[in-house]
Amino acid sequence: MHLAHYLRLLHRSQTALAEAFREIRRGHPHEPDMYGVCERLAVQCRDQARWLEPFVRRYEPWTSPAQEPERLHQPLFAGTRPGGLGLLRDLHDLYLLVTECDIACAMIAQGALGARDDELLDVVRRCGGELAVQLLWLRTRMRHAAPQALVVAS
Amino acid sequence: MPEPIADHGGRRTPYGPPGGVERLAAALPGRLRDALPSEIGLGSPWPVRVDTFLDEGVTEADVGAWIQNVSATHSSGDALDIAVRDGRIVGVRGRSADRVNHGRIDPRDRYGPSTGDGARLTSPMIRQEGRLVECDWDTAMDAVARRSKELLGPPGGWGRVGFYTGGRLLLEEHYTLAVIAKAGIATPHVDGSTRVGDATAAAALRASFGADGQPGSYTDVDHCDAIALWGHDMAESRVVWERMLDRRLGPRPPAMIAVDSRDAQVAKEADVHLPVRSGTNVPLMNALMHELIAGNRVDAAYVARHTIGFAELCRVVEAYPPKRAAEICGVPAALIEQAAEILGSCERLVSAVLPGFYRSNQATAAACQVNNLHLLRGMLGRPGAGLFQMTGRPAGQHARETGATGDLPGMRNWENPDHVRELAELWNVDPAAIPHWGPPTHAMQIFRYAEQGSIRLLWVSAADPVVSLPHADRVRSVLESEGLFLVVQDLYLTETARLADVVLPAAGWGEKPGTVTGADRSVHLCERAVEPPGEARADLDIFLDYARRMDFRDRDGAPLIGWHDAESAFEAWKACSKGRPCDYTGITYERLRGGSGVQWPCTPSSGHGAERLYAGGRFATDSGVCQSFGHDLATGAEWGAESYLAKEARGRAFLHVVDYEPSSEAIGDGRPLYWDPVSKQPIYSVATVPVTPDAAPDAGAAELAEVGGGAEADGVVPVEVSQRLEEV
Repeated sequence: MHLAHYLRLLHRSQTALAEAFREIRRGHPHEPDMYGVCERLAVQCRDQARWLEPFVRRYEPWTSPAQEPERLHQPLFAGTRPGGLGLLRDLHDLYLLVTECDIACAMIAQGALGARDDELLDVVRRCGGELAVQLLWLRTRMRHAAPQALVVAS
Repeated sequence: MPEPIADHGGRRTPYGPPGGVERLAAALPGRLRDALPSEIGLGSPWPVRVDTFLDEGVTEADVGAWIQNVSATHSSGDALDIAVRDGRIVGVRGRSADRVNHGRIDPRDRYGPSTGDGARLTSPMIRQEGRLVECDWDTAMDAVARRSKELLGPPGGWGRVGFYTGGRLLLEEHYTLAVIAKAGIATPHVDGSTRVGDATAAAALRASFGADGQPGSYTDVDHCDAIALWGHDMAESRVVWERMLDRRLGPRPPAMIAVDSRDAQVAKEADVHLPVRSGTNVPLMNALMHELIAGNRVDAAYVARHTIGFAELCRVVEAYPPKRAAEICGVPAALIEQAAEILGSCERLVSAVLPGFYRSNQATAAACQVNNLHLLRGMLGRPGAGLFQMTGRPAGQHARETGATGDLPGMRNWENPDHVRELAELWNVDPAAIPHWGPPTHAMQIFRYAEQGSIRLLWVSAADPVVSLPHADRVRSVLESEGLFLVVQDLYLTETARLADVVLPAAGWGEKPGTVTGADRSVHLCERAVEPPGEARADLDIFLDYARRMDFRDRDGAPLIGWHDAESAFEAWKACSKGRPCDYTGITYERLRGGSGVQWPCTPSSGHGAERLYAGGRFATDSGVCQSFGHDLATGAEWGAESYLAKEARGRAFLHVVDYEPSSEAIGDGRPLYWDPVSKQPIYSVATVPVTPDAAPDAGAAELAEVGGGAEADGVVPVEVSQRLEEV
């Protein structure tokens, strides 16, 4: 059984995501609309990671840590870059990070179905719903920023 | 300055609600109303009381001419006449025939029309060797046009030019500016001071009902049996407030609820005053809805037929019994229950949502909850059931409609290709040239792009962002920067104008013709009362001059801007508004001249404007009509067309509901500047600094209204002060 590996993967990604939202907020202090939303989403990611913890404990006894496939965890976000293009690239990285959480959620939901674990299913579906909005927000923000960053700025 | 409410204490005009037959008649469309027998009193029963404010030593006999105009100090649209003697403005008088004010005006309106005092700009100026020096119009306008053309040359030129406009421009001027920006320069970078005034009102109306525009009419105050004021300072809209007070003094007075964190005048008048803790409007609203549902006070048939989202609303508000909300909001649960009792038992509810909601945590969400209350109780589209998402600036409503702030002209949806095509056909330009890859750029983003150096020409008209925007120190340093060409068009050498490369002297209120749309959709005509001083010109003439020099052309090589004066600009705007929720096609200067203001929508066949929107529960949410495909209220994420179509709104209104989330401020992370994610309105940006009217008459009341969304009581004007995000 490898469910705990995937749960840990998601937990780690969500923790990284929470930190990335905070970092973007700090790295782009002059972007007028980033503060509130990034802070809110950081809290949301941290809460999601917390919801998962009991399930990691639930499935750990059946999972050997040695069995975890190598390179399951890949850092996708490595600090902010300045300027309009930098913001776009940072949000782009964040988008990939959220996508990773999103697909991990989807896989864990499948796993939860297989494990007949309604409680876990409920939690990852809730996470999935919130991640979908995060993706939508990132997409919205990036789409607005792209024309100016790619075509106008020198 | 006299305190108006106190002054008129002896001249109160109490009145009662009209009878059932009158109410029935008032609910009929204009055409049918005309056919009714004359013994049915069709007018508003609010008595006429003409207020006159003349300069000291001037009597009515001295006045040479009374020139039709409208209030310049706020958005209510109080019609007035300007008294002129020997080419000078010597006073104002309310217009008795007008549907909005029945002759009453606010004493501050005396300061509305601009004065030709010595401080006025009388000549264009241009920066030479670091100093502003006077020049002629050709020199100034050529410099602006030359710089524009240089910037527009290379690819992405559209993104190098931005516009920021304010609350003193007339409808014709805002529409002309919108066409220059959106089809001439083809830039999305156009916004205005409505962003810090009433962007949340517009966002909430769009989110719930599909389009901007106040559903109610001021005559709803005559019919209502309950008034709810959400967020303080109704007393600021003094004439509407007097109408409410007069009802309260007459027979069968309406009950009154005030949600107000301060102990203001409104709070003293109200039967139930809820002094909620700042930033907790959403849990209060959720608790009120909880009580309506628990007490079976919901109009189930209306909700089923005309709304979407009731099940989700029930699920969310279930967690907000008054006891819980009382803890969060810091008010006794019994008061919340009392307010819910009034809201649940009244038959005709008038609500006004005010800045206390717009400038607070979860702003758009909280404003949407007020819309929800009206939807749950079926309180829309009939006499006495009115809803006002109030606005601050006199030009706020038409600035939003015409696309001079963050919208496309005619309340069109930038995500709807058909709407963009309509504009392209109207202007005879390539649809691809109209920026529609995202929403129009909001104000702080425009200044951010200027700060980053990608916007290199910024044209500020009728606004003083160095004083009125949050982050004043940063705004100033952006405007001071070498690489930015700053054009400022104003009456005075404002703080912003001092930083300009070119200063253009403009005509003020009363010095130029045009129309103004008030908060309840009443369109009023302003005639020119006096000439502007020196070489100052009407803002419309400045924009038209620029369009000529830029030689903007349509697809067939004809001039893009085909109009030449206010009336022809109004006709052009009518064509743009045709078929949209804000249809002006039945309104002409001739109809507005002499009589009362006329409400939109008004088509030539109807003859009368529609008194209320959404009669019969039909909303502007059809996917082909709506102004927006919607946002997530917590983040501002756009849902997009596909998701909107899946909701199958088909004319039903949306019940948006959210859980309470403490503000970021409460997280304890310093005191950051925070923006509502949907409306992009600043929230923690306003500090109140006293500016006495004695110190301010030079600025004119329109400029007072410009600063922070309307002058406050006791001559205290909110002036936004800078805050440092770096400290976060």
